Amino acid sequence: MNKTILILKREYLTRVKKKSFIILTILVPFLMVGMFALIIFLSVSDDKEERTIAVYDESSMFLGELADDGNTKYEFIPPKKYNEIKADLQKSPYYAVLFIPGNVYTSNYAKLESTKQIPFELSERIERKLSRFIENDKRQKVIAETNIPDLEEKLSATRTRVKLSTLKITDSGEEKKSSSIVAFIASYAMGFIIYFFVFMYGAMVMRSVMEEKKSRIVEVIVSSVKPFQLMLGKIIGTALVGLTQVAIWVVMGVIIMVATQAFFAPETAQQMGQSIMESQQQMAAIPAATQMAEPNKAMEIMNMISSLNLPLILFSFIIYFLAGYLLYSSLMGAVGAAVDNDEDSQQMMLPITIPLILSITLLFIIAKNPEGPVAFWMSMIPLTSPVAMMARIPYGIPTWELLLSIFLLVGTTLGTIWAAAKIYRTGILMYGKKVNFKELIKWLRYKS
Amino acid sequence: MELFRAENVNKEFATVKALTDVNISVEEGCIFGLLGPNGAGKTTLIRIINQITAPDSGNLVFEGRSLHQKDIERIGYLPEERGLYKKMKIGEQAIYLAQLKGMGRSQAIKSLKQWFRKFEIEPWWDKKIEELSKGMQQKVQFITTVVHEPRLLIFDEPFSGFDPINANLIKQEILQLREKGATIIFSTHNMGSVEELCDHVALINKSKKILDGPVNKIRQQHKSNTFEVGYKGAYRNLVRGLGNNFSVLEHEEGKEGNSVTIRYLNGGSSNDLLSALLPEVEVTSFNEIIPSMNDVFISVVENSNNN
Repeated sequence: MNKTILILKREYLTRVKKKSFIILTILVPFLMVGMFALIIFLSVSDDKEERTIAVYDESSMFLGELADDGNTKYEFIPPKKYNEIKADLQKSPYYAVLFIPGNVYTSNYAKLESTKQIPFELSERIERKLSRFIENDKRQKVIAETNIPDLEEKLSATRTRVKLSTLKITDSGEEKKSSSIVAFIASYAMGFIIYFFVFMYGAMVMRSVMEEKKSRIVEVIVSSVKPFQLMLGKIIGTALVGLTQVAIWVVMGVIIMVATQAFFAPETAQQMGQSIMESQQQMAAIPAATQMAEPNKAMEIMNMISSLNLPLILFSFIIYFLAGYLLYSSLMGAVGAAVDNDEDSQQMMLPITIPLILSITLLFIIAKNPEGPVAFWMSMIPLTSPVAMMARIPYGIPTWELLLSIFLLVGTTLGTIWAAAKIYRTGILMYGKKVNFKELIKWLRYKS
Repeated sequence: MELFRAENVNKEFATVKALTDVNISVEEGCIFGLLGPNGAGKTTLIRIINQITAPDSGNLVFEGRSLHQKDIERIGYLPEERGLYKKMKIGEQAIYLAQLKGMGRSQAIKSLKQWFRKFEIEPWWDKKIEELSKGMQQKVQFITTVVHEPRLLIFDEPFSGFDPINANLIKQEILQLREKGATIIFSTHNMGSVEELCDHVALINKSKKILDGPVNKIRQQHKSNTFEVGYKGAYRNLVRGLGNNFSVLEHEEGKEGNSVTIRYLNGGSSNDLLSALLPEVEVTSFNEIIPSMNDVFISVVENSNNN
């Protein structure tokens, strides 16, 4: 046991001290921040573009009714000028030309022409402006014609928006408010973290095994410790490297977030908030309703998060994370021991990585329909369950399914470690032999 | 006293027999040569002694009791195919390997510094292995094999990769280690160094032990009744004197005198040969040829392959 710790320590220290590790660990958060900053910058700066839209209003209904909003200005033009501009839109000072036909009330049709790609958000805004105006105008006319008292108020009263509150009834019969969006994000994130970690650090274990085999030092080491101790020390040591990296990222992430907020808060944060609000307004059919809900948004999100069964999620995350990592890294360690060169290792890795890749590609489907057959079976099969089950848990899951899945995974992991140790033990001292799966199965039968 | 014994060791890989009922007994304080052609099973036996692989059947006895996992710390092993972590600093690496053999860190540093000084590689303590010449890497590897003062040392081709000066240095170190009480199992294809160093040898061919014994005794046993005789006189007379009991293998005439290599065909003592020669020629020198380990190796292996 003592020697396993020695191996673990060496594995950990040599990796953590490596230049590539330090650079990658420091660089990644900055890259992420840079990427986000770029996205924000692009979306904010995009909004800042001053646009003047020429409006040719054939119906002459909208004159003075299209108020400038934000950076977009509307300029009404006579028919003659419309043709002029249309003939050479490129050279005109206008960003686009809006043509409102005479029969717009009946056809519900207008045209926005530009030489540039018109942003979806802009066309939506104009659409909404026109619709709202026509709708209001029609309503006023109806009110005037029918002459029913207080019709305006009555019509407003008929405006209905049903808010669906999703509740999940747990086994104990208690009702819990669940949010599918928060659950979706949580499930996706956790599935992805496990996938990423298993893939990256499992491959690291494999490379480390191959390095020892290639440099031939492995024979000296296994004359001091049992191969199993070497494998275990390597797997745990590498896992600690990964956890260190993640811990550094979390700390750096928090620091950067706090720093960015303090630095940019007055301008950018507000702009960001505005653009989010705007987009939300656009999404909602009736803006007023959303606006009412706005102040409680943060509270609501907090409520949604607390609606998740956090202790269960955390508990399962740890189990699936550990078992998944152990399962895959021992398999990859065995592959590293069995092969002599990189080409062979890629060939052998393929069947191992397929279930992993499959589970990450189907993650979306699983998170969308966590009770479906795909989700069920993938969360039971041990090679896919670490990713697939984590995607299901935030939605709540029958206890027996969870226990069965954990049981299968842990059992398979233990069996795999046993088999991997056998392959590892034989493989590390085997040179110049092209191994196939038949050969590997033979190795399993060798006496220790 | 016996330090290590292997009894009826068998090992099979898939369908290939690597060791068949192999017995060896290594006396304490001796240098035991483990010989055999490539692929005979030597490395398998060495790995079994190091507990890297387990035998299918058979007993291993160390210091009079069954070989135990813990004994690994009292064995030092220098494999034929060597290697160290290329990117790791030499000092750290040597400490790590010593710790794996059960040494405490401070003690390991102390002994390692001594060895590094002795081998004149102390300035390289903080260098990485990949920055070193091959000979220097071999020195580091040798040090890591012996630093924990094992009772049993196993060297597989210890001189390969060394220039003659360093090979001699290593040879002297091996002899000194024996003087200090270590027992050494020495596997090599270099029969010259076997004659020079080994007290006892065992020869393995095709998974079976075919020869075992003290080097001197083995060479004596493999004498082929061949004699080298220096003489003055006519070759014709000499042949006449020999009659039918002898065959002449080689004959050379020179200014200083002639020499001839003779094999006794029907068995007999050197005196019989002398008495046959004396009436015919003047004998100036007379030597019985004792075969080199090289000759013994070749004849024993070829014999065993033919049977």
